Amino acid sequence: MNLFTQQIVNGLSLGAIYALIALGYTMVYGICKLINFAHGDIIMVGSYIAYVLLANGISLPVSIIASVVGCVIVGVLIEKIAYKPLRDTSRISLLITAIGISYLLQNLCQLIMGVNPLTFPSIINIESLNFFGVTITGNMLVTLIISIILMIVIDLLVKKTKIGKAMRAVSEDREAASLMGININSIISITFAIGSALAAIAGILWAANYPQLKPTMGSLPGIKAFIAAVFGGIGIVPGAVLGGFLLGLVETMTKAYISTQFSDGIVFFILIVMLIFKPNGILGKNEKEKV
Amino acid sequence: MFREVKKLCKNKWFIFSLIGVVVLMILSFTNLISRYYQGIFTSICINIILVTSLNLLSGYLGELTLGHAGFMSIGAYVGAYITKDLFPFLAIEISFWPALIIGAIIAALIGFVVAFASLRLKGDYLAIITLAFGEIIKNILTNLELVGGAKGYMGISRFVNLPLALIIMFISVFLIYLLVNSQYGRIIKAISVDDLASNNSGIDTKAYKIKTFVIAAFFAGIAGVLYAHYMGNLAPKIFDYNMSIEILVMVVLGGMGNFKGGIISAIILTLLPELLRGFADYQMLVYALILIFMMLFKNNAKVNAFFSELKLKISKEKVHE
Repeated sequence: MNLFTQQIVNGLSLGAIYALIALGYTMVYGICKLINFAHGDIIMVGSYIAYVLLANGISLPVSIIASVVGCVIVGVLIEKIAYKPLRDTSRISLLITAIGISYLLQNLCQLIMGVNPLTFPSIINIESLNFFGVTITGNMLVTLIISIILMIVIDLLVKKTKIGKAMRAVSEDREAASLMGININSIISITFAIGSALAAIAGILWAANYPQLKPTMGSLPGIKAFIAAVFGGIGIVPGAVLGGFLLGLVETMTKAYISTQFSDGIVFFILIVMLIFKPNGILGKNEKEKV
Repeated sequence: MFREVKKLCKNKWFIFSLIGVVVLMILSFTNLISRYYQGIFTSICINIILVTSLNLLSGYLGELTLGHAGFMSIGAYVGAYITKDLFPFLAIEISFWPALIIGAIIAALIGFVVAFASLRLKGDYLAIITLAFGEIIKNILTNLELVGGAKGYMGISRFVNLPLALIIMFISVFLIYLLVNSQYGRIIKAISVDDLASNNSGIDTKAYKIKTFVIAAFFAGIAGVLYAHYMGNLAPKIFDYNMSIEILVMVVLGGMGNFKGGIISAIILTLLPELLRGFADYQMLVYALILIFMMLFKNNAKVNAFFSELKLKISKEKVHE
């Protein structure tokens, strides 16, 4: 029983990071209908910036803020330079461009920082908590708390603020939103900025939990977070959170009880089965189609 | 079908490529081109098969798939298993052919399963389910000790040379061309334009989707068997979603559902990394930049206007002549 509870805690903490990344995917998708393949690499950019600053003796809060600002700049620049000119063309062109950006970021990082993996310093030095034989390490606790706070902030932002209202309007109908006087360009930039900021935090948390930095470190968590977003119903903010936590739980449970080697395969298999029965994700609504 | 062949013989592109294939074959038989270039041309042949088969699925039928490398890996591993472990006592000249067919058929069967599972899905969901299938296949291959597991599958006979690859490529592309220009081809184009409307016009869209998946997977399997017997060793991690994406990039750059374009972009994008070899460290970086700029360029209104004007001018001049 203790082992089971322990695995749930592990799964929730992994899922929290997935959920943060998935939020970025889902918000960008909701607004641009773009699978932003470069989103996973923003995670990498975030953790590398934090690494460089920390290695040069700059304090943790400053490094975190700098990493967030850096990722926001990178994210918004990518949107302005590469995605904006293609906004009204076919979605597949956008997708290929996103893939190109992803290759570009990975290879730039490889050029600047080298191919060899770097070790991220341990930044969270809180003692492990022990509840009835279940250990919650400092890393897990901080990951969970920060992620949940950020999720609540994003939820409030989307639901209660004027910007959030504008975002929802743009995602519903871009043309109509612009006729209502919403500045589409700035709303899309803000969405990319928020997504990239979340990715930066997720990157630092990921590096704190799995302290190995590689130029390609972002692609697998990126793909998994995208799957989490699809799991919950892409374009839906609570769906991304739900999908992230579910994916984290499923992955940890398969690793613990079924097979470590096949865990990725099983996660993907569960995704397929779920999509067959619920083609629009858990919280997705069925859309009626017209000819 | 006979009429199509007749029409083909008048097509200048077909004549060009036929001449190209024959010249390359003569050159490689007489050893006039070096092994290095023979290797590059063989990779081009394999990529052309992959691109034309994916074009059928993503271009003509309009279903975005990200698991083509998965089908290819099935063909590669099945084919290699047949020639290396199942019939090691047979000469490779004999065992290669059943391996080619069986590898392709098994890949087609997997294609059937994927198609059946993803019938209800469209667009991004379909893309993600095919990506998931590709990753599952990779995960299974990585843990299958029978075919070497994560270490890779070594010691496969390197039977495929340039002339063989050329012949198989030519036959595959020819067959897909006939398919695209048949009634079947017109039906899948109709489905890609409007799924629901073609369904209402009495087309069994589901059956056609499954058929297309099976055919595309079959030819990807053929490319896989060729790849395995050209490389001589296989590793599961080669066939990840990046490879599927690379094939898709070729299809998109050539133009979705553009037969010639797909083949040309397969040639260019296979040559490009080789040409960039001089840059060594910057190779992938330049590749990424070219990719982004090509997409931006292709979708730029001014550039498109320029090209359509140019086309108009040329056609006008022809009329004057």
